[in-house]
Amino acid sequence: METSEKLPQDIGAFHRHRVGIGSWFKSGDPWIWLTATAVGACIVAVLGLLGLIAFKGLAHFWPADVVTIDYESEFGQFRVAGEIVQREFIGRDQYMEASSSASQIEGDQAERWMLKSGNRKIDAPDFRWVYRHEIVQQVKDRDMIVFERSEWGNAYGTLVDIKEQGRSVAPDNPWGELQDRIERVSDLRDQSRRIQKGSINRINYRLEKLRLEKRNRELKGIVDHSDLENEREQLNAEYGVEERRLREITNQLDRDEIEIQIADGRVSTIPMRNVIRAWQPNEMSLWSKLGHYFSSIWIFLSQESREANTEGGVFPALFGTVLMVLLMSVLVTPFGVIAALYLREYAKQGPFVQLIRIAVNNLAGVPSIVYGVFGLGFFVYLVGGSIDDLFFKAAQPAPTFGTPGLMWASLTLALLTVPVVIVSTEEGLTRIPSELREGSLALGATKAETMFKIILPMASPSILTGIILAIARAAGEVAPLMLVGVVKLAPTLPIDGNFPFLHLDRKFMHLGFHIYDLGFQSPNVDAARPLVFATAFLLVLIIVALNLTAITLRNRLEARYRGAML
Amino acid sequence: MEENNTSTDGSTRVRLDSTLVGSTVSVSPDQLPESETCLNVQDLSLSYGDKIALQNISMRIPRKRVTALIGPSGCGKSTLIRCFNRMNDLIDSVRIEGRIELNGLEIHDKEVDVSQLRRRVGMVFQRPNPFPKTIYENVAYGLRLSEKLPKSELDDRVEWGLKSAALWDEVQDRLTDSALGLSGGQQQRLVIARAVAVKPSVLLLDEPASALDPISTLKIEELIAQLKADYTIVIVTHNMQQAARVSDYTGFLYLGEMIEFDSTVTIFTNPQEQKTEDYITGRYG
Repeated sequence: METSEKLPQDIGAFHRHRVGIGSWFKSGDPWIWLTATAVGACIVAVLGLLGLIAFKGLAHFWPADVVTIDYESEFGQFRVAGEIVQREFIGRDQYMEASSSASQIEGDQAERWMLKSGNRKIDAPDFRWVYRHEIVQQVKDRDMIVFERSEWGNAYGTLVDIKEQGRSVAPDNPWGELQDRIERVSDLRDQSRRIQKGSINRINYRLEKLRLEKRNRELKGIVDHSDLENEREQLNAEYGVEERRLREITNQLDRDEIEIQIADGRVSTIPMRNVIRAWQPNEMSLWSKLGHYFSSIWIFLSQESREANTEGGVFPALFGTVLMVLLMSVLVTPFGVIAALYLREYAKQGPFVQLIRIAVNNLAGVPSIVYGVFGLGFFVYLVGGSIDDLFFKAAQPAPTFGTPGLMWASLTLALLTVPVVIVSTEEGLTRIPSELREGSLALGATKAETMFKIILPMASPSILTGIILAIARAAGEVAPLMLVGVVKLAPTLPIDGNFPFLHLDRKFMHLGFHIYDLGFQSPNVDAARPLVFATAFLLVLIIVALNLTAITLRNRLEARYRGAML
Repeated sequence: MEENNTSTDGSTRVRLDSTLVGSTVSVSPDQLPESETCLNVQDLSLSYGDKIALQNISMRIPRKRVTALIGPSGCGKSTLIRCFNRMNDLIDSVRIEGRIELNGLEIHDKEVDVSQLRRRVGMVFQRPNPFPKTIYENVAYGLRLSEKLPKSELDDRVEWGLKSAALWDEVQDRLTDSALGLSGGQQQRLVIARAVAVKPSVLLLDEPASALDPISTLKIEELIAQLKADYTIVIVTHNMQQAARVSDYTGFLYLGEMIEFDSTVTIFTNPQEQKTEDYITGRYG
């Protein structure tokens, strides 16, 4: 009896007393909950962000059904056809401001749909709000066709007639005939583009070179340039030939026209050369919609933009972003690694080196626009201007390197990211055990031999970590680029077939700036909005892809040196 | 009672140790002819900033013999051994006075190329430090630095080095594997192979077995016994039994001073200095 009473008491001495909030705090459990919640919130935020831009961006390419809506508003009765791109509820007050007939709505809210009705230049506006309570009838016309036009956005309507040189073709199978003729103009457009971007571009480039050469000779006081004149005449003759070919193609492009009937019954003529694609979303099966979806995404990735960037693709911006980031990496890596090697391996450690190290760390915190201003003032005007004075006298007063361009943008971003590379390289160098250095030196290796054969290979994972961080920072940077080389619309890519193939002096397009331009500078906000999300999603994907490549590479290297590290 | 006990105890231990001494050499190094001296240290003093690490050390290390340096931690034995291949040069604040002659040539001379010196005087460290490369590349590392050998000769030298370090049989089938996959004892023998492959005349071993298990330690000791036929070996050890087993000569360092340097037999059976006797009988250290 006595023992059975004593025993629980003894055990109780070791039990945690679960009484009171004070002891709960003491146990450390709230701290675990707090940390876990913080991580959870981060994950939710990141996934939410990615989910939102992915959904909004990717939904844009889906060939949505075209609905034909009859609605009656205070201004009369209308019929309009288009894709529903947004549905929302607005409050009664907001509705009252827009419309005087508030009596019609029931409850506190009105539902309204945004309809992309297209047909710009035929039947403005191309986006319109329709109140749900005003809708009289809503049908999906199976014959409804969406025409993607090279100018003025999409057109929605039914096909009335196809005309060849003004005469009606009256085909048995109008849809098939339409697709055949779209194919034809697409081929002709490709030919025309090939001539413009290929031979004509090449001839223009050579003519410009000739002009510069002539100017060069004038500056040197040489008066005889008959050889240049001959060459110029030859080029002009070639140009004439190409121009004639181009005119022929243009004539052929102008051969066909189509007539379409839009929702309100009016008939309009569209030149065939403007039609890029045509599809009947209400007729399409899920599979053909999927096919259309992926071809739209491909067009987005591979084509140039049109209509002040609100239509077409983002290829030049994609290309510019990747090229600029690669150039930046090529510039920043040797610079950062060499600086870190000196700081860690050669410099005598002391307060001065420590001061430099602090300065380097602080450099990483300087706002990026400051780097932009510095890049413009130092690289563009001072360095670029001097290069022009020394090597490109013939082109003056037009600047060659003394104006924002790819090279200066890459250099500015390299400067912006160099602290990151220095810091992580230094960390890597510190982690290499001194036994390995001594082992190499004891075998008669010099310090430099030890550096190249032992230390640098072993520090390579850390160097790559630095590059990963640099890429992550540089690829998303927009502000400094606006000052040192990015433009809304670049006429040519920085790489082309003309010697020296990589043109570092050219201006380029960038996805980050493209997003800004689409979102805030666009003349057609509604048309640009989905592209903002799609472009943002693409930019994130590119940064992730660049990072994953570098991370994979680093992990492989790390596995090789793992056993030898501290 | 107590006095009696101490003296009996001390003499017993000294006699016990004498049975462990492996070498039969009993001639004092100072009595050896000049030609048998490999490293001649004269009045060597070394300080790091204000801290004096070595004081007036003079010793003549005989050729193709094993010389052990013993002493308590921090007595300067590692510092001394690192003077012989000038590894102390890497430390900024170090100041060295005195002379060290290798085969009659002063190693601190301005005309001495440190890289060449280190090829002549190989070194093995306490912790095995193979490079993160293949086994083959580890052994070839020193060879590639100094000599431009054709591939077949390089292969032969790598094989020879590994055989000298008694490692060839264990690794001949996996020369292209990473050296980091070897066991600690194998890694240490690989490091010895790496040092031997460049054909040095002196091998400095800085506590080569202190990070190894007893069996690996035994293998290293056997290896030292084989290598002394061709190399002058200087070994630092804190293990007195090891010093007794492997060395012909032993130097006892204490607080940066060379207390006694003589044949191992003499040091362990009939030390001249009280401090040496105290140390090897285990009174301090």
